[in-house]
Amino acid sequence: MWSENTENSMISKISNTEKVKKSLKSRYLKEKIFKFVGLSSIFVAFFFLLILLSDVMMKAFPAFIQTKVELELDLSEENTGVSAKSDIKEIKDVDYRKIIREALSAEFPEVKKRAEKKTMFSIISTGAEFQLRDMIVDNPQLIGSKQKIELVADDNFDALAKGQIDLTGEQKRFDDLTINLYKELDEKGKVNKSFNWQFFKTGDSREPEQAGIKGAVIGSLYTILVTLLLSFPVAVAAAIYLEEFAPKNRFIDFIEININNLAAVPSIVFGLLGLAVFINFFSLPRSAPLVGGIVLSLMTLPTIIIAARSAIKAVPPSLREAALGLGASKMQTVFHHVFPAALPGILTGTIIGMAQALGETAPLLMIGMVAFIVDIPQAITDPATVLPVQVFLWSDSPERGFLEKTSAAILILILFLIAMNALAIYLRKKFEKKW
Amino acid sequence: MSPIINLGLNTMKKIKSTLLALTVAASFNASSAERDYISIVGSSTVYPFSTVVAERFGKSTDFKTPKIESTGTGGGMKLFCKGVGVDTADITNASRRIKSSEFEMCKENGVDGIVEVLIGYDGIVIANAIDSHDFKLSRKDLFLALAKEVPTDKDGELVANPYKTWNEVNPELPAIAIEVLGPPPTSGTRDAFVELAMEGGCKKFDWIKATKDSDKNKYKSICHTIREDGAYIEAGENDNLIIQKLQKNPDALGIFGFSFLDQNADLVKGSLVDGSAPEFETIADGSYPVSRPLFFYVKKAHVGKIPGIKEFLDEFTSEKSMGEEGYLTDKGLIPLGGDKYQKVVDDVQNLNDLSL
Repeated sequence: MWSENTENSMISKISNTEKVKKSLKSRYLKEKIFKFVGLSSIFVAFFFLLILLSDVMMKAFPAFIQTKVELELDLSEENTGVSAKSDIKEIKDVDYRKIIREALSAEFPEVKKRAEKKTMFSIISTGAEFQLRDMIVDNPQLIGSKQKIELVADDNFDALAKGQIDLTGEQKRFDDLTINLYKELDEKGKVNKSFNWQFFKTGDSREPEQAGIKGAVIGSLYTILVTLLLSFPVAVAAAIYLEEFAPKNRFIDFIEININNLAAVPSIVFGLLGLAVFINFFSLPRSAPLVGGIVLSLMTLPTIIIAARSAIKAVPPSLREAALGLGASKMQTVFHHVFPAALPGILTGTIIGMAQALGETAPLLMIGMVAFIVDIPQAITDPATVLPVQVFLWSDSPERGFLEKTSAAILILILFLIAMNALAIYLRKKFEKKW
Repeated sequence: MSPIINLGLNTMKKIKSTLLALTVAASFNASSAERDYISIVGSSTVYPFSTVVAERFGKSTDFKTPKIESTGTGGGMKLFCKGVGVDTADITNASRRIKSSEFEMCKENGVDGIVEVLIGYDGIVIANAIDSHDFKLSRKDLFLALAKEVPTDKDGELVANPYKTWNEVNPELPAIAIEVLGPPPTSGTRDAFVELAMEGGCKKFDWIKATKDSDKNKYKSICHTIREDGAYIEAGENDNLIIQKLQKNPDALGIFGFSFLDQNADLVKGSLVDGSAPEFETIADGSYPVSRPLFFYVKKAHVGKIPGIKEFLDEFTSEKSMGEEGYLTDKGLIPLGGDKYQKVVDDVQNLNDLSL
């Protein structure tokens, strides 16, 4: 390069302007290439995101549709042994399984053999008897006559109704009887598909058709709430002290370095800590959002502290000086002027930390939140699980119906995150100030 | 400016009240430790069965639904044997029998009186894609194909596993590369596979069988070590993932629990092992060799203290759940035969102590 340049300047004396003109083309080219690379990396990232999202959505879609079978149930007083005025406890004790089975037998009188009957009974979800019970307990007037009631279908039958099984070729998942029963019911118009409200109303279940997301959503909410209430004030206080009040000495340097180190600690370590300290030592309840929230707030503390510190640092010094100049105390300056001005940045950091905490499963494994929990948690000390754990548990279940539920749970988790990010953007816009 | 200031002040107030509330909540919890639900821990293999019973129990009675954690058999034993009291588990699931060391640990921590409940059997299948080759394997084939070191013709000599294709192991098997997707060492399924299939094939060599008495560690390392040259692929704990991979790669075999084969019978098929197919009947009568018993253990000291344990046991061991036509069989559990079942029911009714 060097020799070439000297050669050039020696042989033909080119003026600087011409030199610049000559290099202009290659400089423009470089810029073009960089723009292209930048743009294409955005496209690649976007493309993968699109693939991921569309894959999840395609798989999740069937989970929002529920197949129900209409049956004529004999709820007469002779058959149930109770009347509409009977005690709730007696109504609860009626053998609803038997009533459903009788209705199925009446629907298909030609099915006689024991094994065939077993296949026929498996059309209806095993949880349907409990739903029927709850329906009648809520509305005892149903007792006394024959009622046409829609009952939730079994997951295999549900897959048939949704056309997920190719029936043309040879297949082994269903015997001919199930398929014939399905066709017969379908022709009579007794197979109905509707929006799956149940998915949003119930907790976990081992039957895919009964499983719902509500338990995990509430669990996640409680956990995030505890995390937010604990980590936000502590982190903001720490950040304000370190930025505005702390003296410059070795001890403070040491603390600063360790906060940064803490941000890099693998999350499972916090889980072990939570198990040892909060559960074994303080004997807080296992599997509870309270402990989950405490552990996750330890994990998010450094994230929020670091974000809050840089937000406080970005507040122009003139603001502080003006406040101090007008006679405000240091404390007044910080809390009346610096903190509100830094708030948008702090909130953004907090939401990022919360989003991180929301997607975490590893530390929760240690404190028992990876568990099968049916009842919806009522308080932060009740056993609960969270959305990512629910995704993990469903993806590991043998029943095929959980495949779509897994994707649906992922979708809900993503929506949860989008909602949180939207909130962050809104808050930032609301409090943002231009200097 | 003023709303911003207000927000700042409000936040301060909030900080104070929150801290106060949390301290109160924490101290409250530590003092009043009561539990009104059953806490179950343990094996991920028993988890699918235990959860079904728990759900039905919760729905059909007025008790709360038991909480079930899937911690693995060993992890469950640790939690279970930690001691007696509301902050310890009431029941632990196990995909093998309790070890004498674990039993001792329990005793040391004051957990006396454990009731053992054998719930049934689980088969481990070696399966491949439905439209792929039919495999007729023996346990010896499995050992030779998957062990790290295999014996040569000369007694007492081992070489690093040279087999690349199945027909090199056994000329009757198809001429495709050995590629097996299976669970990682942390999994109970892997433990059982190694113990039942690999060791079962390993024992067919007389001199290796003889080392069992002379040098137990050497015997174990020969029979239990799986090759690490890429023929055996650790596919993670998720059995659904293995099934998906088998569909994409028809030449691969996968190792997983029978319930997954049962649920995906249209996608994968089980290989014959020692001449018998992995089916409900063959596992129940013991002719399919790769099957294991499933247990759970109950802390007697908690019966009557934690509400619902007795009723939960009754539900679990009832004919309609564990019996030959019970709902657990729909989930892939292989039920116990008549006499064994009667003994379990009897043990549970009388809360008979386990003794090893």
